[in-house]
Amino acid sequence: MLGIENLPKLAGPFLKTERKGPAAMIQQFEQDHGGGMAKDLAKNRRVVMPSWTEHEEIKELQKSYSRNKVRTTKYTFLSFIPKNLFEQLHRFANLYFIFLAALNFVPIVNAFQPEISIIPIVFVMSITAVKDLWEDQRRRKSDQKVNNRLCDVYDRKQKRYVERRWAEVCVGDLVRLCCNEIIPADMVLLHSSDPNGVCHIETANLDGETNLKQRQVVRDLPQGSEFVPENYSSHIECENPNNDLRRFRGFMEHPGKVRVGLHSENLLLRSCTVRNTETVIGIVVYAGHETKAMQNNSGPRYKRSKLERRLNMDVLWCVILLLLMCLIAAVGHGFWLSGLQNPIYMIPDDTHPALAAFYMFWTMIIVLQVLIPISLYVSIEIVKLGQIYFIQNDLDLYNPVLDTGVQCRALNITEDLGQIQFLFSDKTGTLTENRMLFRRCTVAGTEYPHHENGPFTSKHTPLILWECAVVPDPQLQAKLNTLSSAMRSPPRQQAAEISHILDFFLALTVCNTVVVSSPTQPRHVSPTTPSGTPSYTPSTPVTPALSSGAWSEDVDDIQKAKVNSADESESDDEDEAEELLYEAESPDEAALVQAAKAYGCTLLGRSPEQVLVVVPGTGPLSIPLLHVLPFHSARKRMSVVVRHPLTGEVVVYTKGADNVIMELAEADGNLGRRIVMERTQRNLDQYAREGLRTLCVAKKVLEEQEYEAWLKRHEYAETSIENREELLLESAERLETNLTLLGATGIVDRLQEEVPETIEALQEAGIKVWVLTGDKQETAINIAFACKLLRPTDHILMANCDSKETCEARLHELQHEIRQVTKEGVSEDDSSDCVLVIDGRTLDYTLQKELQGSFLELTCCCRSVICCRSTPLQKSQVVRLVRDKLKVMTLAIGDGANDVSMIQMADVGIGISGQEGMQAVMSSDFAISRFKFLRKLILVHGHWCYTRLANMILYFFYKNVMYVNLLFWYQFFCGFSGSTMTNSWVLIFFNLLFTSVPPIIYGVLDKDVSGETLLDLPDLYKSGQNSQAYLPSTFWMNILDAFYQSLVCFFIPYFAYTGSDIGVFSFGSPINGSALLIILLHQLIESRTVTWIHTAILLFSALFYYAFVLLFSLTCVTCNSPTNPLGIETKMMSDPLYYLVCGLTTVLALLPRYYTLEQCHRRLSAQDYSTSLRQWKENKAAQRLSSRHVPQNLSVNADMPHLTDCIAEAGAVLS
Amino acid sequence: MMASSYNAKDEDGHHPGSVGSGGPGAVKSKKPDNTAFKQQRLPAWQPILTAGTVLPAFFMIGLIFIPIGIGLLVTSNNIKEFEIDYTGVDMFSPCFNCSQSYSWNSTSACTCSVPFTLDQPFESNVFMYYGLSNFYQNHRRYVKSRDDSQLNGDKSSLLNPSKECEPYRTSDKKSIAPCGAIANSLFNDTLELFYIHPNGSRIAIHLVKTGIAWWTDKHVKFRNPGENNNNLSIVFQDTSKPVNWRKPVYELDPSDPDNNGFINEDFIVWMRTAALPTFRKLYRIIQKKKDNMTPTLPPGNYSLEVIYNYPVRSFDGRKRMILSTISWMGGKNPFLGIAYITVGSVCFFLGVVLLIIHHKYGNRNNNADIPN
Repeated sequence: MLGIENLPKLAGPFLKTERKGPAAMIQQFEQDHGGGMAKDLAKNRRVVMPSWTEHEEIKELQKSYSRNKVRTTKYTFLSFIPKNLFEQLHRFANLYFIFLAALNFVPIVNAFQPEISIIPIVFVMSITAVKDLWEDQRRRKSDQKVNNRLCDVYDRKQKRYVERRWAEVCVGDLVRLCCNEIIPADMVLLHSSDPNGVCHIETANLDGETNLKQRQVVRDLPQGSEFVPENYSSHIECENPNNDLRRFRGFMEHPGKVRVGLHSENLLLRSCTVRNTETVIGIVVYAGHETKAMQNNSGPRYKRSKLERRLNMDVLWCVILLLLMCLIAAVGHGFWLSGLQNPIYMIPDDTHPALAAFYMFWTMIIVLQVLIPISLYVSIEIVKLGQIYFIQNDLDLYNPVLDTGVQCRALNITEDLGQIQFLFSDKTGTLTENRMLFRRCTVAGTEYPHHENGPFTSKHTPLILWECAVVPDPQLQAKLNTLSSAMRSPPRQQAAEISHILDFFLALTVCNTVVVSSPTQPRHVSPTTPSGTPSYTPSTPVTPALSSGAWSEDVDDIQKAKVNSADESESDDEDEAEELLYEAESPDEAALVQAAKAYGCTLLGRSPEQVLVVVPGTGPLSIPLLHVLPFHSARKRMSVVVRHPLTGEVVVYTKGADNVIMELAEADGNLGRRIVMERTQRNLDQYAREGLRTLCVAKKVLEEQEYEAWLKRHEYAETSIENREELLLESAERLETNLTLLGATGIVDRLQEEVPETIEALQEAGIKVWVLTGDKQETAINIAFACKLLRPTDHILMANCDSKETCEARLHELQHEIRQVTKEGVSEDDSSDCVLVIDGRTLDYTLQKELQGSFLELTCCCRSVICCRSTPLQKSQVVRLVRDKLKVMTLAIGDGANDVSMIQMADVGIGISGQEGMQAVMSSDFAISRFKFLRKLILVHGHWCYTRLANMILYFFYKNVMYVNLLFWYQFFCGFSGSTMTNSWVLIFFNLLFTSVPPIIYGVLDKDVSGETLLDLPDLYKSGQNSQAYLPSTFWMNILDAFYQSLVCFFIPYFAYTGSDIGVFSFGSPINGSALLIILLHQLIESRTVTWIHTAILLFSALFYYAFVLLFSLTCVTCNSPTNPLGIETKMMSDPLYYLVCGLTTVLALLPRYYTLEQCHRRLSAQDYSTSLRQWKENKAAQRLSSRHVPQNLSVNADMPHLTDCIAEAGAVLS
Repeated sequence: MMASSYNAKDEDGHHPGSVGSGGPGAVKSKKPDNTAFKQQRLPAWQPILTAGTVLPAFFMIGLIFIPIGIGLLVTSNNIKEFEIDYTGVDMFSPCFNCSQSYSWNSTSACTCSVPFTLDQPFESNVFMYYGLSNFYQNHRRYVKSRDDSQLNGDKSSLLNPSKECEPYRTSDKKSIAPCGAIANSLFNDTLELFYIHPNGSRIAIHLVKTGIAWWTDKHVKFRNPGENNNNLSIVFQDTSKPVNWRKPVYELDPSDPDNNGFINEDFIVWMRTAALPTFRKLYRIIQKKKDNMTPTLPPGNYSLEVIYNYPVRSFDGRKRMILSTISWMGGKNPFLGIAYITVGSVCFFLGVVLLIIHHKYGNRNNNADIPN
């Protein structure tokens, strides 16, 4: 009530100009979007009227708008098969296999029966289709759930609100929502139960931010207790649906042709929740897929991992190998044919040998197609799902406080976690808690150290309440107390200071966007109107003649005036104050408000027009809030314009980054002020050194005319549509000049638990950790020390330059410096002791093309780089520079919106779900809740995922090459005719069924090193960084091994059966049998862990094969014309020779691998290896501690030479 | 899968931070289950190859393989085998003339007699093979050129054979039975064996022509059409003989109805295509004497009478006659024995080398299990 009553008085001119503003705005809108409403309605914008409108044209139009039913499924019942097929055909691999299948239908080149050759592609595509269908089904279910939600829609016929499903809501419907209900569609707010015409929404479902956002009823609409839908007949014109959450433009035209501008403040967004407001009524403007929430809803992220790129290379190699083999066969066939004259076993054919060779080439491609692992891509997808399943289920990565585990948002880059070389971290909220504690402050140049707040020791108390009590500094408290205990008038000097202090706290209390609520009250009960309490503005009795400087003199009067009411309300206030809950967009603000509260300046409530505060010595005061100039990253400050409750003056309170405020604050030749500023600056430097976040608070008293002048231009800015942002910025900057510095605050942001350990481990793992922060240099360095990114012995290289030339010179200078440092201290290990600290401005220069090279060169010599005062854009630029120029794997981790671009730029983006909303999480690949989880996620899961997948892929290549070569060798004995000694069914199923499950299990479950060891020895991570599990050499080693094994597997049966009466398919039987054994046992040798699952799967695979071939050879009399396998397997397997051949083949084929593995394991025998490494680690730590002047020649390799060698070797051989 | 799409959570309203959403039980903890499987703590055996596990393995392989190899070698050496090439490439060989005058359709049979001597007696059953070299029975199109349903006695296939048989599918507008290139190229030399008694008399050796095919082939896979019709000539009346054949399929063995038509064993054996271009096929069995006193084939002079029909010179082929006794491991083949002995020895040797290495450099740890 208060606000409304006061409004006309205070903001009379404001309202008047308001009407002018929208007109301009509407005009602009019309210019933008062409023509009036009557002309082309459908173009460029939409027109919305209540759904019962009689306007036919609009009615038609409104029907054309999307309804509120959402369908996120890709397929319908009918479209599934064609659409899914179409999508799958976009994959190159699938096309290749379809080409092969088609090739088989060409009679002259066909190798198998055509039906058989389409089995693999059908199999693979149907598995993918089933997977797609399953995903789609999940989407369908969630859609149904959403569509079937109910909401109240006004029904004109029944003249009341009726319940309707969300799906049935359409544009133009009037919807009534109660508190805590979810908004079903984008609506323009027409009515709110709140007397001020505001409503709060929580956008957690949209962006995860739990703080409340305020929405405003459209201006000029009747605000009463009742909203009569019947009476509403205005129409709305607004822009067409788009995905910009923060923008909404349009106007509302009342029947009287009066137009009111609409902006995002009036829009309730779908899927947000109504809070703090009993009921709201809105008209739907965008529904269903046209809502901003749905337009912002992009699918899962698709990134291609490094391993996958490498894999594609090797698939290409396989293609080359395949072509080569086919070429050999084709040429061989040509020569073989040309030497023959119509032999009896040849089917008469006039084809020229060269042409026959050409045909043979294609036939061979069909025969040897298995060389290209068709099921590999599907298997990789399955394996990654399995890996993600285990990552998400890891208890160690579960945070019981937030009840969240890891969230894997990107499905296909798990293995990239195992290859990270550079880590870019945000500081606030990532390394630190982002839970701010007020520690110290400076008011009017005097420092109040707040010793009682104590050093931030309690490192391991996970459950800290939002309100961290601030123990007031006794000195400051005492000074403030003089205010309330009005026994004596303080001396003038002190009075000025006290007024300063009061102003300081008032600024802290008022200049913010904190929303107040109390935990005992449900959120929806509006806390802003303590209208019953004796909180009447005491502004009237205050004589406006008082100058702000003399404000303290007046204190007595006020005190006297208020003494009664204060006594009354004292006890109430106490209770209430305890329960107040502050919700702020940034934790700093909450901390400051808390701090002010500790000194008696309590924020009681906030509405758009006023702030309710308690100032020491007075009761609750209502301070009229004239303007809020919100925080902007370019300005780095925020301001509020208030009418001072006591003096009635228009006062601007500004709070912002110290360097900005210090620049804006003016000494004006006033000696006292200059001294204050100098002192404050000194204190600020001191704070920064202690790692505190600093903020400065300033104020400015505006003359009435001055304010009027500013107001005019500000209103213009506020109401303009084009360049609104820029104009507002400019307007704010115009106001924030000539400030008077009040003081500065130091806020501590404690490190998260286990951050130093994590960073140390990551660095030991060979990951270069860079910190990119917007904080001050000193703060950043301090935090870096705290989290052990910087060691006391480190050499810090500073780069702060003002111009490009100096920057260039500085970079060269630093390089020189590094060379000297490294010369002095003998290079202890690969990481140097230099850390580069660079500020935002210098970073800008170095990011320019000419200096990039030398910058990167410099950073390569540094162990770490700390970029301070960097903007979000710079962060992403740095990541891109390093990623592209150094060709390394990068990981970016952050928690706030300012880290989003960096997270998206990096190969792997990790979001921390923390205090600053969910934007970072939404754009990340993985989301964790604490920084410390990074250690296990990267060192253990990353390593596992990488080695598992790398080994599985290599195994797949090996398996296919090994098996296909058996067929290839046979060509030498069948005139290169493309004949196979295996039944085509077995041939196709061998890779597809009999041997496909074990590698998947292997890829999901294998553990080359136990998790504990990996955590203990971060060095092991280096193998992944260097891609040691999957080097080109490893690949070729595998191919070679496959060649060797296939040679053994083919030629031992060959020599054993040569010259005998063995038949074609009988010959294939022992070869297949031993190939199966070799491939499965190879897997067993490769596995570093064998659980019952592995055993079961291996046994199952072997049994499956034998069951299949036996059954086939028992039953198939004429089923597989013309090569029926009847009796072959049974006959062969009843022959002891079969087992002798299989046994010999298997042993001989696996012998080399077994032996080389043994050679490696002998040196790496598990326990041995870990204990010795641990020992080595201790040595290394001791070394580090010992004086660095002692020449240390022991490098990693020198210390335990065989170890690292063997890890590499093992990687190369094992996989 | 979490992020696979717009998930339900997006509009759920059950945000952890939101107060007052959902009743009791609606908020389900996302805490992962602490099970061995989910936490990847399944008890696992680590096949870490240490001296403790590898050395015994090597020695074991050595110890198992060498005796097997010796056994195989001895068995193979005990097998008696005699092989004679009767192709007639050589000017002076008895079959030279026959080999020169070749035609599938010649009516007059060309015969030649190849004398040979067995130095050692052949005990127990002796298997008589014919062998062909450089004959690619495994050629892709050759292997497929047959119709199994026709051979299985299917009436419709008999009259309408599979396309795979082309171009040996029909002749004179009649379907060929049996169709296809394999059947068409049926080996049609006739081999007879005579023992030349020291007194000069030629004693014909009884050659058994049944029991040479696989049981499954003879009884399941190959069947004459018209199961109960004993007169095969009627059954096959609408078909024509393969172009290279002298006589139709129902005259392959007129003397024995159980060995005639598709179930003729020589035919069945031929139809099982050989894996390698040099192969042998079982032709006859010489059963051991009943008295068990005299060997099946005593040492001495023999004569192989060949009715030479089958041309192989065009593709540099060779024809052989092989006599062989048989053991549990099949025919004579020393390779497997030697290979077993070699591999066994190599393993043994490696085992010794490893043992030396381990003794020299100290055997540090035999425990293969990493505590999980």
